[in-house]
Amino acid sequence: MPTESWGRIKGQERDSKFIHWRSDANDMSHWKGPVLAHGLGRSYGDSCLIKDGTLLKMSELNKLRHFDPETGRLSCEAGLSIADLLTFAIPRGWFIPVTPGTKFVTMGGAIANDIHGKNHHRRGTIGNHITELELMRSNGERLRCSLTEEEALFRATIGGLGLTGLILSCTLQLIPIESAWIDAEMIKTKGLSDFFEVDRKSDKDFEYTVSWIDCMAQGEHGGRGIFIRGNHAVGGNIKKDYAKQKGFKVSVPFDAPGFTLNKLSIKAFNTAYYNKQFAQMKATKQAFDPFFYPLDAVGNWNRIYGSAGLLQYQCIIPKDRIEDLKQLFDVIAKSGQGSFLGVLKRFGNIASPGMMSFPVEGYTVSLDFKNIGKKSSELFHELDRIVMRAGGRLYPAKDYLMSPETFQLSYPQWTEFARYVDPLFESMFWKRVTTRG
Amino acid sequence: MDSQSKIDKTSDDKNKDKRQGHHVMIFGASSGIALEFARPFAAKKAHFTLVARDEDKLKDISADLYTRGARDVSIVAYSLDSLEGSYEATRAIIKQTDAPDTALIAQGILGDNEELLHSPKKMEQMLQINVMSPVGIMMALEESMVVRGKGTIAVFSSVAGDRGRASNFAYGSSKALITAFTSGMRARLTKSGVNVLTIKPGMVATAMTDHLPRSPLMANPKAVANDIIKAITKHEAVVYTPSFWRFIMFIISHLPEGIFRRLKF
Repeated sequence: MPTESWGRIKGQERDSKFIHWRSDANDMSHWKGPVLAHGLGRSYGDSCLIKDGTLLKMSELNKLRHFDPETGRLSCEAGLSIADLLTFAIPRGWFIPVTPGTKFVTMGGAIANDIHGKNHHRRGTIGNHITELELMRSNGERLRCSLTEEEALFRATIGGLGLTGLILSCTLQLIPIESAWIDAEMIKTKGLSDFFEVDRKSDKDFEYTVSWIDCMAQGEHGGRGIFIRGNHAVGGNIKKDYAKQKGFKVSVPFDAPGFTLNKLSIKAFNTAYYNKQFAQMKATKQAFDPFFYPLDAVGNWNRIYGSAGLLQYQCIIPKDRIEDLKQLFDVIAKSGQGSFLGVLKRFGNIASPGMMSFPVEGYTVSLDFKNIGKKSSELFHELDRIVMRAGGRLYPAKDYLMSPETFQLSYPQWTEFARYVDPLFESMFWKRVTTRG
Repeated sequence: MDSQSKIDKTSDDKNKDKRQGHHVMIFGASSGIALEFARPFAAKKAHFTLVARDEDKLKDISADLYTRGARDVSIVAYSLDSLEGSYEATRAIIKQTDAPDTALIAQGILGDNEELLHSPKKMEQMLQINVMSPVGIMMALEESMVVRGKGTIAVFSSVAGDRGRASNFAYGSSKALITAFTSGMRARLTKSGVNVLTIKPGMVATAMTDHLPRSPLMANPKAVANDIIKAITKHEAVVYTPSFWRFIMFIISHLPEGIFRRLKF
């Protein structure tokens, strides 16, 4: 069976191999065709898939290498998941400096996509916290890359979509925490201008900020949402409290029938979610999982979209292009194709070392859409036009539909990056966006 | 990273402290389940002696265990493939590191039944690794552990050893010997204070089964390791892991021969 991405795009690999040991990749010559590392498959589109080649399954290369409890520096193999990293780090009083919205990604995947999180305005991307990585090239070279050694390859590998070679291990700087809780606040915002105001006020005092936007609401309710902000709490017994937080999982074992998510049910959900919170502001103490990873509690939630799968759209609109941002939400609301998850977050000005890194200063919007074929791609291309006009870009980890022109215009550094791509490495995404016509 | 201490260093005085506490000795330490087995012991500051063929792998494992809290990790790169060799090597290791509190014998290869049946060389190699070497190790462990009158010898057998099936009886029969040998040794040592645990896993998602599709029937190595640790703590005789295999194998073992021989699995 071919490997699927999180959006249920099917890979076309000829073979797949589990990598259990760092030494398993010493000789790449006996693998069939081109190769690509695949972690936990949380990329939505085709950036984690390969055609006519060998997919290297990395999630079992997950051993720890070293930890310094004084400095909080952790070295681990590239297949270690953020979930396993946190299980180790939290009881010792440390946390990952940047986390995406799921903890089921490997460190290798986090680096390859230069992931960002709710604290981008404070800490940038994961690439800002990787001090070193170990890269295996297909010519048999095993390189230690950092800002001082093999700098160009280090920059190319961060956000390099797994194309510069096989990431075997990495070292990252964790952040100290005192508590297993997040002091979280949820604030209702009536529209985008409301969002901008709360966001501006929250910037200085909150480590984490993100906003959920009701993408179905039009007219006077347009752009309404809930602004979520939080800080690591202080005090308490972190070890005991974390042990108490062991979550339970509800998995979606079967594909939901296609009609489960139509316009009416999504609208009902969004309205209910918005109205669930009656008070203007609500402050709570939250555990890590519900604050950072609410959807992880529902294993395989991507299946609620049925076998056609879901498409995710994530773009950046640069900070001075507010009108384009408004128009983007307008087009989405009018299309009626919106989703449970409309997320809006302001990226700060911390530059990543990554050559191909996605974030730049501005606003990032991400939304799920059910894949309904032609109508989806028409909408996406309409959105692309707004993003391109604003000088923004799309996130390759989420993308399945952007054209080669869109990619090459919004990532003009791609030609320079291509010089560092390992000749044996390839992905369906890379072939798609670098081949014309 | 100064992460592995050579075995010849352990007699130094300053290393004595490192060899305190629970001593876990693992043969075939690079097997997928062995690492998961070792991690909870590392978190409780146990010290380890790890034996496997590949030194690079042993170094990576010991780095993981040190990071998780292991007091000390000694690695021995040794190819466990003959009875006498394994016996002598185990005796030599024990002489230097002392007898273990918990020993796990985890090495094994699956092999392809058809291929094994047509290659005496491969058949012999499989029997060396799965049978001869574990027997040699158990003989050496028995001598040293009985003297101390405590501890556990846990040995990987397999559900495949409960009845020889057409599709994998070469591997299965190698495990049948382990089941019988551990059963007898357990009885022999019953008054000595040393327990012998027979481990019977079903299919587990490790390197051994990489060529098979990862089905829901395939257990996760961490869950299997937890079952084994629980069984050791409770001084159990035989552990089926995951536990549903006890039920399945009960049925398979009791099928009348006339029906069983017609099954192609």
